[in-house]
Amino acid sequence: MKFSRILLASVLALGACGTADTPTTPAPGASGALTPIKLQLQWFFQAQFAGYIAAVDQGFYQQQGLDVELLEGGVDIVPQTVLATGKADYAVAWVPKALASREQGAGITDVGQIFARSGTYQVAWKDSGIGSAADLKGKKVGNWGFGNEFELFAGMTKAGLDPSKDVTLVQQQFDMQALLKKEIDAAQAMSYNEYAQLLEAKNPATGQLYTADDFAIIDWKTEGSSMLQDAVWANTEKLSDPNYQAQTVKFLTATIQGWAFCRDNAEKCRDLVVAKGSKLGKSHQLWQMNETNKLIWPAPGAGIGTIDDAAWKQTVDISMTTKNQTGDTVLTKTPEGLAFTNDYISQAIEQAKAAGVDVTGSAFQPATVTLTEGGA
Amino acid sequence: MIAGLVAAALVWEGYKAVGDPEGTVLFGVRVLPRADDLSMPHLWTVLQRLADPEMTGGRPVWLVVAEACLFTLGITAAGFLAGALIGLLLAAMMQRFQIIERGLLPYVILSQTVPLVALAPLIAGWGGTLMPAWATVSVIAAYLAFFPVAVGMLRGLQSPSAAGAELMRSYAAGWWRTLVKLRFPAALPYLFPALRLAGAAAVVGAVVGEISTGTRGGIGRLIIEYSREATSDPAKVYTAMLGAAVLGLLVAGLVALLELPLMRHRRHVEVVTL
Repeated sequence: MKFSRILLASVLALGACGTADTPTTPAPGASGALTPIKLQLQWFFQAQFAGYIAAVDQGFYQQQGLDVELLEGGVDIVPQTVLATGKADYAVAWVPKALASREQGAGITDVGQIFARSGTYQVAWKDSGIGSAADLKGKKVGNWGFGNEFELFAGMTKAGLDPSKDVTLVQQQFDMQALLKKEIDAAQAMSYNEYAQLLEAKNPATGQLYTADDFAIIDWKTEGSSMLQDAVWANTEKLSDPNYQAQTVKFLTATIQGWAFCRDNAEKCRDLVVAKGSKLGKSHQLWQMNETNKLIWPAPGAGIGTIDDAAWKQTVDISMTTKNQTGDTVLTKTPEGLAFTNDYISQAIEQAKAAGVDVTGSAFQPATVTLTEGGA
Repeated sequence: MIAGLVAAALVWEGYKAVGDPEGTVLFGVRVLPRADDLSMPHLWTVLQRLADPEMTGGRPVWLVVAEACLFTLGITAAGFLAGALIGLLLAAMMQRFQIIERGLLPYVILSQTVPLVALAPLIAGWGGTLMPAWATVSVIAAYLAFFPVAVGMLRGLQSPSAAGAELMRSYAAGWWRTLVKLRFPAALPYLFPALRLAGAAAVVGAVVGEISTGTRGGIGRLIIEYSREATSDPAKVYTAMLGAAVLGLLVAGLVALLELPLMRHRRHVEVVTL
């Protein structure tokens, strides 16, 4: 009977693919039952998403009357598209990529800028003499493409280089082997992931792990070409529904609690992520937790999630003016409509403050994490 | 088969022994890959990695890989069965009604030109509501597997000579009886190669579908997870690839087993078709 059941499932699935059901948002906690919420993440469970994982595990969402399900990403899963097509209630996405989707018609709004800072580096060997964007002239520069490359291109342009003439651009894999093999002079890396992988690899010359002294980092924050990254996006159309508005505030309040928890309990959050079945080792996850905390805390303005006008403007400006190697910009015109709003995050910050949560983390001090081989 | 494995192992290690660790570059284009340990770890390093724990204090890698292979085998089997069944039905329909053949066949062929990367996220969205997440990957596997069966089986069902069909008609045998007694047995030699292709396509569909949608538990997901550690642990990703290769061989073997009971009928087939 397995045949028929599978066939039936396939037929049902085929039949249902065209139906777009958009259920109206029930008032959160109205009937005492938890409101089911789906949050689409950008990638597999890792410490980059620890705040959401902690908010689920510590019951912060539940206290707000929400039953949050975290959806893992995949190679071809685009969170903002999942959100725009109604398959998730909220999504985590980088601002430039989400704005590009908005321009193509995705009705989404940034309601909480969780990462206030960018974690993108360009990493080179210390002995290569590369220390700033201007030093990339004449070098082989790795980049990921797919919209992950614009901070690099903006940085080079700002330093007076023409990325299409002055450097050799190399499409880079999502590991750091090309830099270790010296196929490229500088590699793109996230502070919380790929950079750590370098420090987890063994230097065949010494038999020891590479150290931070072996590498030089170009940090786009100091070069002035950084763009906003992880933010919580909501469905713009649904934001006109008072129930969805109330739900968004509750969701953000619990999210703030989750991230504050991970700031104060980095090792506990590392354990939560590892328990979620992450294949990246413990020391790697603790490194990632610590680096993620650095991107959030201390939080600017009124507190975590507040969208800073200057940072937003810089992101949009770079999105409109910087050309990548194929001559494309992220955006062709200024974002229209409700691209971002601080309305909900400011309410959430007030509620979290009232509950005794430190929403700015002004006393936050990053820890020193020692990586082990392979991040184990 | 064993000889094939030994040969592959010898080629790998042989290239490592004679190949330039920096790779061979001709006119600025790399024509031969690097042979250093980071790009091509020794086979014994890979085998050793299989025995080591996945993470400190974790389970050994071979167990994790084997479990992932079993999970993907399940997805592949469901996709293969659904795909083969749909393929058979389509072939029978196209054989029965020429108008369906003319109308449908171009679309059947067109269906395989849709890039999987465009299709996968769409289907992944059904997970959790319409069906469990693993079943969406089965749908992708079935989508690839139905094609060789539909096309191969159609050719097979059309293979009996006109004389054979006319003989059946002279017996006043209806379409169904002709299908069962004449066309289906005659199609078996066409069906088996088609099923082998479908088996391979189902494995590819399952692995690529897992990678694409990030579905947890299978070997495709494991390849992606381990490849992220390629910087510091290059042997690890090869353990997962080895697992995927073994899975492919296993499915090929299982499909070949399917043929055994049916092939006994083939002697009768030839009597009928003559």
